[in-house]
Amino acid sequence: MQLTEQHKEYWHKNLVVTAILLVIWFIATFVEGWYARELNSITFLGFPLGFYMSAQGSLIIYVVLIWIYQHYMNKLDIEYGVQEGEDE
Amino acid sequence: MSQSVMGHKAFKSQLQKYYSFYTGGFIVFLLALAIAEQMGMSRQWIGYWFLIGTIGLYAGIGIMTRTVDAAEYYVAGRRVPAFFNGMATGADWMSAASFIGMAGTLYLAGFDGLAFVMGWTGGYVLVAVFLAPYLRKFGQFTIPDFLGERYGGHVIRSVGIFAAVLCSFTYVVAQIYGVGIITSRMTGLEFGVGVFVGLGGILVCSFLGGMRAVTWTQVAQYIILIIAYLTPVVWLGVKHTGIPIPQLAYGVTLQKVTELEKKFTADPVEKEVRALAKEAAADAKAATKDMAKATAARRALLEEKLAKAKADKAPDHVVKSIEQALAYWPTDPEKAKAFFAGRQNLASNAAPPRPHATPFPGKDEAAQNIARNNFLGIVFCMMFGTAALPHILMRYYTTPSVRQARQSVFWSLFFIFLLYFTAPCLAVLAKYDVYTHLVGSKFAELPAWAAAWRLVDPTLLTITDLNFDGVVQLAEIVLGTDIIVLATPEIAGLPYVVSGLVAAGGLAAALSTADGLLLTIANALSHDLYYKMIDPAAPTSRRVAVSKALLLVVALIAAYVTSLKPGNILFLVGAAFSLAASSFFPALVTGIFWKRANKWGAIAGMVAGLATCMYYMVQTYPFFGGVAANQWFNMSPISAGVFGLPVGIITIVVVSLLTPEPSKQVQELVEHVRYPHLRGDINTQAT
Repeated sequence: MQLTEQHKEYWHKNLVVTAILLVIWFIATFVEGWYARELNSITFLGFPLGFYMSAQGSLIIYVVLIWIYQHYMNKLDIEYGVQEGEDE
Repeated sequence: MSQSVMGHKAFKSQLQKYYSFYTGGFIVFLLALAIAEQMGMSRQWIGYWFLIGTIGLYAGIGIMTRTVDAAEYYVAGRRVPAFFNGMATGADWMSAASFIGMAGTLYLAGFDGLAFVMGWTGGYVLVAVFLAPYLRKFGQFTIPDFLGERYGGHVIRSVGIFAAVLCSFTYVVAQIYGVGIITSRMTGLEFGVGVFVGLGGILVCSFLGGMRAVTWTQVAQYIILIIAYLTPVVWLGVKHTGIPIPQLAYGVTLQKVTELEKKFTADPVEKEVRALAKEAAADAKAATKDMAKATAARRALLEEKLAKAKADKAPDHVVKSIEQALAYWPTDPEKAKAFFAGRQNLASNAAPPRPHATPFPGKDEAAQNIARNNFLGIVFCMMFGTAALPHILMRYYTTPSVRQARQSVFWSLFFIFLLYFTAPCLAVLAKYDVYTHLVGSKFAELPAWAAAWRLVDPTLLTITDLNFDGVVQLAEIVLGTDIIVLATPEIAGLPYVVSGLVAAGGLAAALSTADGLLLTIANALSHDLYYKMIDPAAPTSRRVAVSKALLLVVALIAAYVTSLKPGNILFLVGAAFSLAASSFFPALVTGIFWKRANKWGAIAGMVAGLATCMYYMVQTYPFFGGVAANQWFNMSPISAGVFGLPVGIITIVVVSLLTPEPSKQVQELVEHVRYPHLRGDINTQAT
């Protein structure tokens, strides 16, 4: 079918949220890893921060990122009328 | 529609009821065994009960969910709720290596081992935003299916089949190996027999019910493996930190470990023992040349030492320690070989202990930077590999909707996270225990777990009195990676039934991953190769029958390869990730996000990515005759995907732009997968 402006806007918003989440993912992974030695001079909850991030902090960020994505997208589907029939 | 809504709801609440009963039943089973242990049941029988109980349970689920329907067989009827698909993905994902090996790797490698923890969780962010919802909308049966439809033609599908079989097979060999080891340890059966008993457990599920049986078994296996992993860690955490959520509280323990490391590094006795460890390792290497002579000569030396100690009236524990060393001294040549091989590992103790919390230790700035780059390289490959391994992506075909596919990635990572954020904690707690209780104890009075495990298997734990003072120094202990998880229940002072539980958890982890992988291989061959390319007119029943036959053949080949005991299992696992990242990821993601990507680009990109990755491994990995001097930017061979993936993407872009754009129909397909629902939508769902 022919896509409407609405559809294009939906896809654009999808790309924007994807990009934002990936930037956070990149920082939590590669920027954090690159500077792990420097971060270790800071203490957090009794841990050196670099160690804490790689062992737990970044993992928590990943779980939250995916939760935000599914929450946002499932709402966006309804807002733009591209949702599927109720399934639960 | 309303009927199917009711159907899904009723199905979900029924599942909740079943699995709650199941979890309760499993706990009752544990308590019963615990009571039986108190009443004097032998350890071997507890092992048998766990083996019979859990494999029998998986077989029962397999029989109850047997099917010959194609949609049920390939994608579990597409009605697995997000929450349960998350658990199944967790079990599918966490292999024997994660369950048994991870904490030990972290124990030995310290911070640098965290590359795997980050890589194997962060990859799910990529699965969530790049793949899962779109693959679900597309809704076919396999990953080569998507490539075939999106790019068109048999060539790309064949490349997909080749890549899927290559990654999955290297991975499944490692799993079956794990199954063999655990089964033989639980029951005392031979390794080879263990492999086939375990294989029976794998096949009874996937063979009878395909994806449907594998899904419901994996949920059951996840519940067992997470209970098995968390129970001893929580216990150990209470012992050391006084708090039942040790994951939050082990910072203090880590500080103590760091203090102790400093103490051991400066300690003069430790320094002396480190020098002795270096000597002993070199000596053991020399001894391999003439084993019989070496054994006798070194034995004579020990006897001399004993006589001297007795003549000097040395303290009792010193004499006992030498006597013990003599008792362990091998007599027959077979044992001597293993003994000296074990002693060579002492070479790792020649250096001071690796500071656990310090990232990228190295002698100078340059060495540290190389270690950092390799850390990030492993993280990169593990993440993109996660987002490209077919046995994981396939799971997102099984949810009822795109909406639930998205939720399901969240649940998957949540359930995986529970184990991965516990592993670094377990490594630190175990280290603290070794540093405080094992180091400094007398050889005659070792902690019970250490005394027991050093007898079981010298590759797991060797303690050698190098300076004959009768007291354990840190540099006298050599640990294998698996010991940490296997011995934790005993370190924590828990009854044997918990050790049995941990072994059952490891078995569940290995079986569930092997199931998913075997199914992926069999489906790629039966669905993509046989049905889509050779005989498109084949009736459903024949397709499923072919798949089942192939499953059996692939399982037997995998078991045969495993019985040859190919070394370097960890490298094989890493290689599977690099290969998947280089081949699948570029073609899958450009296929969804870039309409202009076409058939020729995808074929060239997949082949180029795969070829780059394989070329780099062959050039740099000793097993294939490669040498480290061939490395680019000092990247280790396991991170070959760092080069393969960008080459793949660039090739797809360049070749696609040089060749005509894809047809209108294909572009419509891309639009179709981007929206969960469009009015007047085409239907690509396979039945």
